[in-house]
Amino acid sequence: MTTKLFGEPVQRREDARLITGRGRYLDDLGAGAPAAAFVRSPHAHARILDIDVSAALDVDGLVAIYTWEDLPGALAEPLPLLIPHPALTHGRTACPLAREIVRHVGEPVVMVVARDRYLAEDACSLIRVDYEILTPVVGVEEAARAVHLVHGDVPGNVGAHLVQEVPSADGRSAREAVETAPHTLAFRLDVERSASMPLEGRGVYARWDDDDRSLRVYSSTQSSTSVRMAIAAKLGLPLPKVEVIAPDVGGGFGVKIVHPWPEEVLIPWAARLLGGEVKWTEDRREHFVSSAHERGQVQYVRVGFDDDGRVLGLDVNILHDHGAYTPYGIIVPIITSTQLLGPYKIGAYRVEFSSIYTNTVQVTPYRGAGRPQGVFCMERTMDKIAAHLGLDRTEVRAANFIQSDEFPYDQGLIFQDGRPLIYDSGNYPEALRMLKELIGWDSFPELKAAAAAEGRTIGIGLGCYVEGTGVGPYEGGHVQITSDGRVHVSTGLTSQGQGHETVFAQIAATELGVPIEKVSVVTGDTRRFGYAVGTFASRAAVMSGNAIALACRKVREKALRIAADALEADPRDLEITDGVVHVAGAPSASIPLATVAVLSNPLRYAFDEEAQRATQFSGASSMDRPPIEEGQEPGLEGKDYYSPIRSTFACGMHAAIVRTDPLTAEIEILRYAVVHDCGRLINPMIVEGQIHGGVAQGVGGALYEKMAYDEHGQLLNASFMDFLMPYATEVPRIETAHLETPSPLNPLGIKGAGEAGVIPVSAVIASAIEDAEGIPIDRMPISPSDLHTLRLTR
Amino acid sequence: MNHPITLTVNGVVREATVPARRLLSDCLRHDLGLTGTHVGCEHGVCGACTVLLDGEPVRSCLMFAATADGHEITTVEGLAAADGTLSPAQRAFAECHGLQCGFCTPGFLCTVTAFLRENAAPTDEEVVEAISGNLCRCTGYQNIIKAVHRAAELQAETRADKEEGAR
Ligand code: FES
Ligand code: FES
Repeated sequence: MTTKLFGEPVQRREDARLITGRGRYLDDLGAGAPAAAFVRSPHAHARILDIDVSAALDVDGLVAIYTWEDLPGALAEPLPLLIPHPALTHGRTACPLAREIVRHVGEPVVMVVARDRYLAEDACSLIRVDYEILTPVVGVEEAARAVHLVHGDVPGNVGAHLVQEVPSADGRSAREAVETAPHTLAFRLDVERSASMPLEGRGVYARWDDDDRSLRVYSSTQSSTSVRMAIAAKLGLPLPKVEVIAPDVGGGFGVKIVHPWPEEVLIPWAARLLGGEVKWTEDRREHFVSSAHERGQVQYVRVGFDDDGRVLGLDVNILHDHGAYTPYGIIVPIITSTQLLGPYKIGAYRVEFSSIYTNTVQVTPYRGAGRPQGVFCMERTMDKIAAHLGLDRTEVRAANFIQSDEFPYDQGLIFQDGRPLIYDSGNYPEALRMLKELIGWDSFPELKAAAAAEGRTIGIGLGCYVEGTGVGPYEGGHVQITSDGRVHVSTGLTSQGQGHETVFAQIAATELGVPIEKVSVVTGDTRRFGYAVGTFASRAAVMSGNAIALACRKVREKALRIAADALEADPRDLEITDGVVHVAGAPSASIPLATVAVLSNPLRYAFDEEAQRATQFSGASSMDRPPIEEGQEPGLEGKDYYSPIRSTFACGMHAAIVRTDPLTAEIEILRYAVVHDCGRLINPMIVEGQIHGGVAQGVGGALYEKMAYDEHGQLLNASFMDFLMPYATEVPRIETAHLETPSPLNPLGIKGAGEAGVIPVSAVIASAIEDAEGIPIDRMPISPSDLHTLRLTR
Repeated sequence: MNHPITLTVNGVVREATVPARRLLSDCLRHDLGLTGTHVGCEHGVCGACTVLLDGEPVRSCLMFAATADGHEITTVEGLAAADGTLSPAQRAFAECHGLQCGFCTPGFLCTVTAFLRENAAPTDEEVVEAISGNLCRCTGYQNIIKAVHRAAELQAETRADKEEGAR
């Protein structure tokens, strides 16, 4: 059958426009619109004494200059704290333009609108802001000492403090279990800051329509529905008068889920005030100092285990560097604390974190969202246990795995969605078996010996993780078949390159039995679908994929009912093939879906020849029943929502072989293997692409990327020249194998895949370097000079 | 001071009046409306803004529009044939899933087009070397490398077909 597309490596439908330069990214819109630029704080911590704009007023083409004083009503208040949590006792967010105090380099102070961006920047450079410098607080440990405060009213710089504890089966606490275990280890693990760093920065383009009194906003966002609600609230506009559209978005990876960004409310506000359009496109330096970072954590671990390496007690204490503000709540450390457990049954577990303010860019989720740190923590722990006991590293992991017959498995914690951390399905022993085979784990010792004989140092490492994907609360799908036989699918969440137009079309084509060419998909446009949450947490395929499937099923049922009437057949005997409804086994008794769509909408007026069939004298409807029966609606369309009871848990295991240079300490990844289980695959080509991209970002985090802040809170490497992201020369070839353990939680049996690739990479590379060098690797990223230093201290 | 300039872009003569400081990338995007050329860093590192200047790849964010006066430029919009037939590189990128968000893609396509003109049957190392000045945050490059090899194949096939046709 031509329409069975689920599971096939279907080529992407978005590519045609993107490879010909016809994509529409934010800065491609609004040709000629006045441009905004911002004066941003050059200091990490300072009080604004005076803003003098007089010199800027002569700039030719200047339209307007705004400071905090100009902001009306709700716009002058701090931006929303998106995800409140009882443990976040001292949540703080910034105002759209700084009010009195700036708390990191890059905080917006003045907004300028001018005829174009060049002129807006000219004006910015002429504005004088006088600051009284305050002492900056930089570095999470320094901040925790609380000699100076980031927010005067936040004692100890502690925004949040949370303890979660799961006692052992016999009721003992984790600390007791550690103390009394046959073996105990204690150590510290550090992960540096990195950032999502999409190739396209953020951007907002707003157009006020004075005739219609309405606002259209385009934003390079991961959540257009929620940006819309925030704009309506901040500007005091009726919601139906605001529409928000995410156009083609040049990557997100988490940073664009935060909203509303200051610019997302300021640009629409200025557009309304000026009665026209205004656009702002972030430049790269702005992105480094004014968007968001993630990953920076210090983690203290104490673990107790038995002779087989089974973990009896685990006690983890995390210092989380939150930067200057907490707009996204404490999701990152919550995810670290919960997802740290991975595929393992831990005897007793205690995790405590403190979320600490520093005078640096705010921290919000970046692909992986706290998991890379958690996995680094757990997998380093497993390796240390193996080293201590002289066991193979895979054996220690196997000894701790949750077994296939133990699902659903309750970890006893509360996950990031506020719901219990219960794993739905998985097959961890099989994934490990596949990984060992793929990388050649058992024969590695010979390889290593042979390399050593040639004077080459190589090492092998692995890392395992479980990822909670498809978090709620819900997504929806709308499907409409029009009288030309086209299928229009929409969902509210947004796309940043994941290929949603393709996979959602595959789902719709499969469910409806129509050729994929007939299906078009729209995402992230509030004109088409107003209710949505957003794209993050590897949730789009699970959430919108299932919602669209459910909506298609409704439409299919309706189509079969109408067709059954027309064909005088039983709906149960009908099938849809290639967009034609027919009696199973009797293809001649058939009616195209296009005609069914015509019949679904009883008409008075025939707007074209085909429509005549549905008009009132055509004899199409029965005289004994109303044209639209009770409970029915005109049109061949349907809407449905998918709202899961809780997240579905994907898993993966990676292994790598690295070579370290005895002289230069250069680190080269020779092989990289991935076994991945995200349930049923909708499109294996796209899933592999997601894994490749994730691993590449993971390699960046393991070997290259860190935000280099000096003690003054200046970001020293705020450019692509100095912040090293991997090029093609830095990323190894990635070998993949898939395991498909369906999720029992959703109709399609799928799990999320978007973040997976990045999660264990730091753990894997550290494991492999440690194996090669015999030196504990407890801090990532690791550069050749770091490794060289470690060698000297050996 | 504004300067009148004349560029031949994708085979069409285009005129613009630009201030001396106007970047070629901005001129293409905002004065000429060719927004297929993207800007990822504006300091010459990411390669997203790569266009062909007299056939050679250049970073349009590092060049003033006035400097390009009188030159021939090809942007991503000009890679396909006039009848819309995609170039080998374009076809290969789609076939091999060599793009995700597509923001870096125009730069890669221009770079690869010039590269395959010089080297019609590259080795793996040569391909990696050729694209090692372009950043992509989405794909991990593996499928881009695959796409470059595929583009070389398609280019060879197209050439063979043309020769066949000429005979
Ligand atoms: S925008 Fe020109 S190299 Fe990045
Ligand atoms: S496809 Fe997104 S940056 Fe390359």
